[in-house]
Amino acid sequence: MDVGATRGRMAAYLRDHQDKVVSRWSELVAAGVRGRTSHDEVRRELTGIYTLITRVLADADEHAAGELRATLDELSRSRARDGFTPSETALAVFSLKEAVYELVADSAELVAEFLAFSRLVDDLGLRTFVAYSAAREQIIADQASAMMELSTPVVRLWDGIIAVPLVGTLDSARTQLVMEKLLEELVTAGASHAVIDITGVPTVDTEVAQHLLKTVSAARLLGAECTISGIRPQVAQTIVSLGIEFGDIATKATLADALALALRQAGLKVVPQ
Amino acid sequence: MERVPILKIGPTLFVSIQIDLQDDSVLALQEDLADQLVATGAHGVIIDITAVEIVDSFIGRMLTMIGSISRLFDAETVIVGMRPAVAITLTELGLSLKGVRTALNAEKGLEILNGKS
Repeated sequence: MDVGATRGRMAAYLRDHQDKVVSRWSELVAAGVRGRTSHDEVRRELTGIYTLITRVLADADEHAAGELRATLDELSRSRARDGFTPSETALAVFSLKEAVYELVADSAELVAEFLAFSRLVDDLGLRTFVAYSAAREQIIADQASAMMELSTPVVRLWDGIIAVPLVGTLDSARTQLVMEKLLEELVTAGASHAVIDITGVPTVDTEVAQHLLKTVSAARLLGAECTISGIRPQVAQTIVSLGIEFGDIATKATLADALALALRQAGLKVVPQ
Repeated sequence: MERVPILKIGPTLFVSIQIDLQDDSVLALQEDLADQLVATGAHGVIIDITAVEIVDSFIGRMLTMIGSISRLFDAETVIVGMRPAVAITLTELGLSLKGVRTALNAEKGLEILNGKS
């Protein structure tokens, strides 16, 4: 059987019944999205996709397939951003099959044509799913980097004393960022003391300790002294049982103790009024 | 070959590295510095590396060696003005510049040397 001719016949059929099919299709899709997008908007989106599908089936031009993929990707991306589920997104494509099936169900001669069409729609449905998950992953990556920027402030405690309150799990990428920011700030503020406060760090393993040690020795190369503060009892136990040695780096229980030490080293004294 | 000038300010020798260091200019600097330490009897050396943007293990070792040489003449070495990126590189290379003091800028470096004398 000539596949090209079958697809061509289906394309012609779809073109002839465009209004009817698109109406039924947008009805099905609009019912699925339950008022999160207006009916007119759905119809406009679907008409664009429908025209492209007929062009692809007719093999009219080579750009149609690319355009169709791009349109579907864009649709999936916007659905992913608007909080639709993946099945809702894929159903938007699959309901086209249902809309067409309701039309061709009565006529026996269009079976082969419908099968060819159905295969195309299946491929498109899968494509929306792939695009949907890619968009989701992109959103997650964006949020992760936004959180990374938010979570590493460097604050100035005193003239010449800065502090980095660390909150959340430390991994290599984040420690690198913390290190860079801390060193930059040491130079721009001309600070000779830095306090790294790890009160908000839930767990300290050998890797995290290694990163902290690196940060401290880099700060020392700049001529600044570092104190690590905010080690909680459980963290202290872990550190000891893992056999991590902080060497000659000063560690303090609280940020207040660390500040007191830094002030003392800077030759300053706090006296009651 | 470009040479790095060595300036004498009071009891301190001041070296500001403002060129891309090649291996031979590094060796020449070590020799010049030793000569100057003997000639002037200086008790402190300040090496300003504000303008140094790229370091490798050779330069890291050079800095440590200058520190060791100066100590033989009873002079303390302070490296000042290291850039954050340079500090990160040296740490990643595992060089912690033992035997050399560091300071954020020339002013703080002088304070360290004066505090000592």
